Amino acid sequence: MQPELDTRLKLLRTMHRIRMVEEEIALRYPQGNMRCPTHLSIGQEGVPAAIAECLRTDDYAVSTHRGHAHYLAKGGNLRSMLAEIYGKVTGCARGRGGSMHLIDTSVGFMGTSAIVGNSIPIGVGLGLAITLNGDDRVSCVFFGDGATEEGVYYESLNFAVVRKLPVIFLCENNLYSVYSPLEVRQPPGRSIAAVAGAIGVHTHAGDGNDAFATCQAIRNAVDAIRRGSGPWLLEFSTYRWREHCGPDYDNHIGYRTPEEFEQWKAREPIAQMRLSLSEAGFDVSAWEAPTLIELRAEVDAAFEFAESSPFPAPEEAYVGEYA
Amino acid sequence: MSGREDTISFAQSVNEAIGLAMGQDPSVICYGLGATDPKGIFGTTSGLRERFGDERVFDMPTSENAMTGVAIGAALGGLRPVMTHQRLDFFLLALDQLVNAAAKWHYMFGGQQSVPLTIRLIVGRGWGQGPTHSQNLHAWFAHIPGLKVVMPSTADDAKGLLLESIFDPNPVIFIEHRWLHNSVAAVPHGDHRVPIGKARTMRPGTDVTIVSMSYMTVEAMHAAEFLSQRFNVSVEVIDLRTVRPLDWPAVFGSVGRTGRLLALDSGFTTGSVAGEVIARVSIELFEKLHVSPRRLAMPDMPEPTSPALTRGFYVRAGQIVNAVLRMLDGPTINIDVELPEPTPHDVPGTWFKGPF
Repeated sequence: MQPELDTRLKLLRTMHRIRMVEEEIALRYPQGNMRCPTHLSIGQEGVPAAIAECLRTDDYAVSTHRGHAHYLAKGGNLRSMLAEIYGKVTGCARGRGGSMHLIDTSVGFMGTSAIVGNSIPIGVGLGLAITLNGDDRVSCVFFGDGATEEGVYYESLNFAVVRKLPVIFLCENNLYSVYSPLEVRQPPGRSIAAVAGAIGVHTHAGDGNDAFATCQAIRNAVDAIRRGSGPWLLEFSTYRWREHCGPDYDNHIGYRTPEEFEQWKAREPIAQMRLSLSEAGFDVSAWEAPTLIELRAEVDAAFEFAESSPFPAPEEAYVGEYA
Repeated sequence: MSGREDTISFAQSVNEAIGLAMGQDPSVICYGLGATDPKGIFGTTSGLRERFGDERVFDMPTSENAMTGVAIGAALGGLRPVMTHQRLDFFLLALDQLVNAAAKWHYMFGGQQSVPLTIRLIVGRGWGQGPTHSQNLHAWFAHIPGLKVVMPSTADDAKGLLLESIFDPNPVIFIEHRWLHNSVAAVPHGDHRVPIGKARTMRPGTDVTIVSMSYMTVEAMHAAEFLSQRFNVSVEVIDLRTVRPLDWPAVFGSVGRTGRLLALDSGFTTGSVAGEVIARVSIELFEKLHVSPRRLAMPDMPEPTSPALTRGFYVRAGQIVNAVLRMLDGPTINIDVELPEPTPHDVPGTWFKGPF
C-alpha cells in the first residue's frame, strides 16, 4: 500500500501547511497589520488538500472570500498571499485585493471573489475556453453552501451541462452562511448534490473531513471529466472552527452551540488522518517532527517577507484602471 | 484598407464588424439569446454561425448573469467574447458580474489580467416599448471605473467602434439605439477602425456647442440644420461616441470657442452624462461661458407605453432649437407649427411596423 501511504502523507502535509498558515494569521491578526476582512477555513483543510493531489498545475481554479486554502492547494505562492493580506506591493494583487482577492495565474489560480457566487460562472467560462481551445484541462469552482442559494449557481450548472463543459463544482458545506444556519436557508433533508443532480451534473456527496476518501472521489471526477464526462458537482460536509470573518472563536455568541463545535472538532481532518495512519502501524509522530519543522521555517519566512515588504506607493491607487 | 465604401445600415455595419473580427481572430466568439435565430438580432448576427460554426456562434440559456460570468471566464481563458442582449433592460440581471467582476478584474488583481469582453446592448424606444424595454442607462455604466462605454450614432462609427471594442483588452459596453439600426451611411470596406474615447465633430459651428450621443445626435443634426437655415445660427454638434472615457479635450475645445453649451442625453435627466458634461465644463471653463449651460434629456419618469402618453415625451429637434435660441436671447419658434414631432411620433420612420 505504498502509493496509498504516500497519498495520505501528502494530504497530511498539505493540511498541516494550510492550517499552520491560517493559525499564524489568526495569531498575528490582532496586531492590526493585516487590515482587511479575513476569512479563515481552519477545520476545513480536507477538501483543499485533496484538490492539491488531483489537479494539474495547468488546470484552472476560482474561489471565494474564504480562499486561502484553495489558493495554497492549487500551488499559489505563499509569500505573495501573505504580502497581499498585509497590503504590500509584493502581494499577489499588489495590495489592491487583500485576503478576498487572491490570484496566482502561474499555477492556474485565476482569482477569488468577495461576492457570494460571483466566481461560479467565471469558472464555467474558463471551462468553455478549455473546450474551445481543445485541450484537456479542468476548471475547478470552489464555493460554499450559501452560494447554492444564488440564482447564478443554477444558471451556471445548467450551462455547464448544456455544453458538457470540463468543470468540477466543489461545494464545501460548512452549514453556515455567515451566522445563518442551513436549516433557515434550505429545507430539511434536501441535498445540495441531489438538486444539482436533477439539473444534470454528475454528483458525489461525502465527508470532507476524510481527506483520503475526498481525494479518491475528486480524482474519480477529474479523471472522468478529462475523458469527456461533462461537469461534476461534489458536495463535502465540513465545519469552520473560527468566526465567519476574523481570527477569533465565536461559539459563545449563540448562533451555534459549543457541543456542535466539539463534535465536529472531534472528527477534524488532520486528527482523522493521523489516526488512520497510526492504525495502519505508521509512526506519524516520527514523520511529522521534521515535516512540521520544515513547514514552520517556510511559514515564518513567508511572514517575515510579508511584514518586511514595502507598501505600494500611494500613487498606485490611481493607475491601471484599464489594461 | 481598399479605400472603398458602401452605403449600408447601422445593423449591417454591426454584422460586418463582428464577421471581420471573427475572420481575423479565431479567439473571437459571439453569443446571445437569439444570436442564431432566424431574425439574427435585427440582422446584426445573421449569417455568422454559417460562416464560423456552432462552437463560435451560439444561442444561450436565458441566464443573463451567469452568461456574463461565462464571458468573463472565457476572456480570462484567452477568448474574446462578443455578447448581445436584445434590450439593455434584460442585462440588468447581470450587473453583479459586470460591476463586481468584469470592471474590476484588471485593477483588483494588480493589473495581471484583463477581460477583453464586448457586451452589445440594444436600447428601445417608441412602439410601446414602455418602462422596461426603453431604458438608456449608459450613465450607470459610465459611473463604473474599469468599463468603457461606447454608443455610436452613425453606421460608419458603429463598424469602426465595434471592431475597436472587440479588440480592446477591457470590458466594453457597446450601446446600439434601436432607432439607429436602419439608418445608413457610407461605411469603409475592410478593417475600418474608430478609436474609443474620441468624440466626432458632426458639424462645425461657432455660436453654440451641442454635446450629444447615440440617437440624440440625429435630433441634434436636424435642429442644427434648421437653426442654420431659418436663423443663420451656427451650431457645432459634438457626438461623444464614447461616454467613458469621455473626450474632454473635444468638449472643452468646442465650448471654449462657442461659449455656449447645450448637453443632450438619451437617458433620464438626473444623474445623466449630460449633467456630468455640464458640471465639468462649468468647473473648467466657467469664465468662458456667455450663458448658463442647458440640458435636454428624458423626463425623470419611467417611459410609458401608450402612444397617447409618449407624444411629446421624447426630446426632439424642436425643443433643441428653442433651447439654443434661448441661449442666444432670441425669439423661440412655435414648435407645433414650425418643427413638429413627426406623425406617428413613436417610430423611427413610417416603414417601422413593430413589433420591437
